[in-house]
Amino acid sequence: MSAPLLDVRNVTMQFGGLKAVEGLSFQVQKGQLAGLIGPNGAGKTTVFNMLTGVYTPTLGEVAFESKKVSGLKPYEISSHGLTRTFQNIRLFKDLTVLENVLIANHQHVKYSWMDALLLNDSFQKEEKQITDKAKEILHIFGLSNKIDERSANLPYGEQRKLEIVRALMTEPKMILLDEPAAGMNHSETHSLMELIAKIRKEFNLTVLLIEHDMKLVMGICEQIFVLDHGVKIEEGAPEKIKSSKKVIEAYLGVDADESH
Amino acid sequence: MRAIKTPLIAALGILIVASAIGLLTNSYIQLIILFLFVNSIMGMSLNLVNGYTGQFSLGHAGFVAVGAYVTAAITTKFPVPAGLIALPYFIAVSLGAGVIAGAFGYFVGLPSLRLKGDYLAIVTLGFGEIIRVSLNNMSYFGGALGISSIPSMPEIDLGGYVISTFATSLIFAIFWSIICFFVIWRLLKSSHGRCFLSVREDEIAAEAMGINTTKAKIQAFVVSSFFAGIAGALYAHFTNYVSPASFTFLMSIDAVIMVVLGGMGSMTGVLTSAFIITVLPEILRSLKDYTGGVDLRMIIYSLALILIMILRPQGLFGDKEITTIRRKNVSSST
Ligand SMILES: Nc1ncnc2c1ncn2[C@@H]1O[C@H](COP(=O)(O)OP(=O)(O)OP(=O)(O)O)[C@@H](O)[C@H]1O
Ligand SMILES: [Mg+2]
Repeated sequence: MSAPLLDVRNVTMQFGGLKAVEGLSFQVQKGQLAGLIGPNGAGKTTVFNMLTGVYTPTLGEVAFESKKVSGLKPYEISSHGLTRTFQNIRLFKDLTVLENVLIANHQHVKYSWMDALLLNDSFQKEEKQITDKAKEILHIFGLSNKIDERSANLPYGEQRKLEIVRALMTEPKMILLDEPAAGMNHSETHSLMELIAKIRKEFNLTVLLIEHDMKLVMGICEQIFVLDHGVKIEEGAPEKIKSSKKVIEAYLGVDADESH
Repeated sequence: MRAIKTPLIAALGILIVASAIGLLTNSYIQLIILFLFVNSIMGMSLNLVNGYTGQFSLGHAGFVAVGAYVTAAITTKFPVPAGLIALPYFIAVSLGAGVIAGAFGYFVGLPSLRLKGDYLAIVTLGFGEIIRVSLNNMSYFGGALGISSIPSMPEIDLGGYVISTFATSLIFAIFWSIICFFVIWRLLKSSHGRCFLSVREDEIAAEAMGINTTKAKIQAFVVSSFFAGIAGALYAHFTNYVSPASFTFLMSIDAVIMVVLGGMGSMTGVLTSAFIITVLPEILRSLKDYTGGVDLRMIIYSLALILIMILRPQGLFGDKEITTIRRKNVSSST
């Protein structure tokens, strides 16, 4: 088997006395659609934060395309082609939908400050080019008629979609989706998952997603990692996860906790 | 040819208007008119950092001081060319003053822009004070006495018809105001300027989208201090005198008021409040005649500002421009 696209090696994230993630290793192959699941507070978002440079792992390292990325700044990791969406939506609220998407293209912009100040051809050509590109992706996600709207005014589900569009605009090789369907109803969730499968093909993407809806994760993910209390307790194909005793216990345990 | 024609016609227009103003008003009013532009440049440039990039700087006066002192030193310690060439010479000097202020911006911004919110405000405030105290103790720059006899803009004699100092000053001021306006305006309509906005909106998200937010902040800070330096150059020429006492913390506060009052991140808003900040204290000055010598100026001024902030906490314009506000009103009335 070829080298994995994402290689997480024995990472630990410690906040004071709390080990949010401990000794975690897993790999995602190029082109895969993988899932990261686990009860509330298991450490899933913390994993994403380590992968994208928001936190540097206390121990261990992360390699992307066989290059070490842990320790790099978030924008550097993003320009390696690893980007994400946020569980607690982080759009540029006061900016329009289109502006939100355009900003994500910045690392690819070639025109200089001078070009922008002089409004010359190379500026105008490239601005048109990236605007077209942004509109194209917005169209795929059904946001074409919202481009001039303030992003904070979009309904919740569309804000989540816009986060994905924005992330796609960075031209990623791999995208990390943190609960992309949170707050959506059943049919919205379903169509979003179809969309994710579609863009994976179209943009040649590798996807790792966090999701609470079990049926959904089982339905589309090829490989699943299960986290509990910061530790990986199981990994494998959906069939294996479904019948894993450890997984069932972890989830039942949480259910019992919640009923208090 | 067309590219030259418009500015030429504009310059002529300004000349005629300036001459008229020059004839109809006294030097006190003329100075207020010139300060409309000095303050506008100060407000617009600070708005780039505080309004558009979302970094709270309280040290703008420090950069204005750098620009003013560079201009003062060069034009008083070295010979100034006589006649018509003086105008382009002064423009070159002010450009240099801006560049040096921009360099200060770079070296102040590099370490301090890692700080957020109140901390950045305190550090920049400290910078402004350091500049002022240093100037106080530097005999080369005249110490506490400052530098006087800074040359005004030149009079230009066109064979009998004399273009007054006020007219050339006004052209100089308008020239830089327009450049400042367009540089910031154009930048914000480009990807480089959109980076500034993304830093203001959400730094973590901006980084995740591949934007080097530290670099963006420093860029905004350097451009902002460049134009603050330009404002300083104008200040030096228009008042003919600079001293450390001219660039106190109150000047930084005035600049912040312009930004907040106009609405963080609105160019037209800042221009409007620059007008208010320049004119209001002067109008209130005459009040003394009616209150039997008691100076209520600052009290009324403060009250007016507090009142506006209570009635319109988002500033006069919010983050809108006057053009977009009008468009909205039109579309909602139809
Ligand atoms: N910056 C931080 N400082 C201290 N503790 C943190 C920090 N970030 C996360 N934690 C803690 O780490 C643990 C894991 O949090 P995390 O957000 O990764 O969980 P999660 O699996 O994403 O949960 P959820 O399903 O609720 O989103 C939690 O106990 C959380 O309180
Ligand atoms: Mg989470």
